[in-house]
Amino acid sequence: MAQISVDLKLCDNHGQCAISAPAVFRMNDDGVLEFEETFDDALLDEVEEAIDVCPLQAIFLKD
Amino acid sequence: MPEQTMPERIVIAGASLGGLRAAEQLRSAGWEGELVVIGDEAHPPYNRPPLSKEMLARPGTPEEALAALAFRPRRSATGITWKLGSGVAAANLARRTVTTHDGEVLGFSGLVVATGLRPARVPVPGPLAGRHVVRTLEDTLALHTDLVPGARVAVVGSGFIGCEVAATASGLGCRVTLIEGTSGPMERPLGAELSSGVRRMLNDHGVATLAGTRVIRFLGGQRCTGLVLADGRVLEADVVVEAVGSHANTEWLQGNGLDLDNGVECDEHLRVLDSAGTPVAGVVAVGDIARYPDPLAGGPARRVEHWATPTDTAKIAAPTLVAGLRGEEPGPAASPLPSFWTDLFALRIQGVGSPARADAVGILEGDPARPADGVALGYYREERLIGAVTAGLPAQKHLQYRQAVLDAQASGSRVPEPLPAA
Repeated sequence: MAQISVDLKLCDNHGQCAISAPAVFRMNDDGVLEFEETFDDALLDEVEEAIDVCPLQAIFLKD
Repeated sequence: MPEQTMPERIVIAGASLGGLRAAEQLRSAGWEGELVVIGDEAHPPYNRPPLSKEMLARPGTPEEALAALAFRPRRSATGITWKLGSGVAAANLARRTVTTHDGEVLGFSGLVVATGLRPARVPVPGPLAGRHVVRTLEDTLALHTDLVPGARVAVVGSGFIGCEVAATASGLGCRVTLIEGTSGPMERPLGAELSSGVRRMLNDHGVATLAGTRVIRFLGGQRCTGLVLADGRVLEADVVVEAVGSHANTEWLQGNGLDLDNGVECDEHLRVLDSAGTPVAGVVAVGDIARYPDPLAGGPARRVEHWATPTDTAKIAAPTLVAGLRGEEPGPAASPLPSFWTDLFALRIQGVGSPARADAVGILEGDPARPADGVALGYYREERLIGAVTAGLPAQKHLQYRQAVLDAQASGSRVPEPLPAA
């Protein structure tokens, strides 16, 4: 399993992460980010894409 | 031995987001040889969208600004040599060398063209001092210093950057006049309907807008003190900002038989093409310098000046280049769906697809005259949905309309797909 954190002070709810990795990130009906902190390694590629496309660069992959 | 005459080296010309993403994606694509990234700015790659918005409003010290903006490269992006502070001056694609402004000559087996854009200037006479552009961190720090409360600021050009700078300057207490140019605020990317709403928002926040005119001369001796408009009006200004588009940094590629008219011509795999339309072996382009086909919306190849473009194009160009260096054909290229956003005062505007290529615009929800209350527009070309823009709506709505654009493209239908319930 792999882990991420999101700096919610930076996050501006653009929703780009939910496009790249919908299994880990989603936007609720109020437009606010919800996400899984822990996810299967098989999702690592798409989570890295989500990290790339975050305009605020607010997503961090944990060791 | 042939492998000794050809260095196992990929040179990436350009060290901004495109250069970084190219390096990362080349490692992801299995390139284990040398990777050299060459850029003219002294800084490692940093994030530019805040330069016209929050970083222009509150930059802090240069060190704080840079720390806040710096990209964190992927962990897998190891073994990269960064040559910063002296960009590529020339290339000889036949001999497979590049030369930096410092005179260093580097051989390569593969080359990534990622030198991006520079701001265009208003091509009229007048003093240069006191006139700003916004592209680099230094540009933003210099402009911020001049944006003192009460300063008279003239912003020339009303695309995303012009409008964002006008809004930021207004928020800092400046007296701002926006000279729109040949089209209204954000009209080219968003269409006339939303442009009117954006203009009203700017006006409501105290930004004066001047439509249907252009600058013919800058005033002042040593330093710019204002400008003269084509209709004869004179506008005095303490600060002038030019936001009138950009030029692709292609000069270093001249003399190689390429089509360098407005960027570098590429195929759908991002392979750079010679003027006969044949891919140049081992050369790809990444980012907003690349002019590439648009099978989704149709029409001629174009450059895409959005923040997502370097990331999108690097994902295609890097495996293309690695395959080519192995003597293989590139895999199928999935054309990326363009996406963009802007923030104006408290309003978030998000777009997908190619609204600028539309021949018709339809309201999906809301009233474009009142974007702050929430509006979504659909953009059609030959009756097919090719783009969508939301303003003042939660991201979930943006995602829904994005899916509608994808569905319309997947179906190939010329009739718009039913849109999700608002």
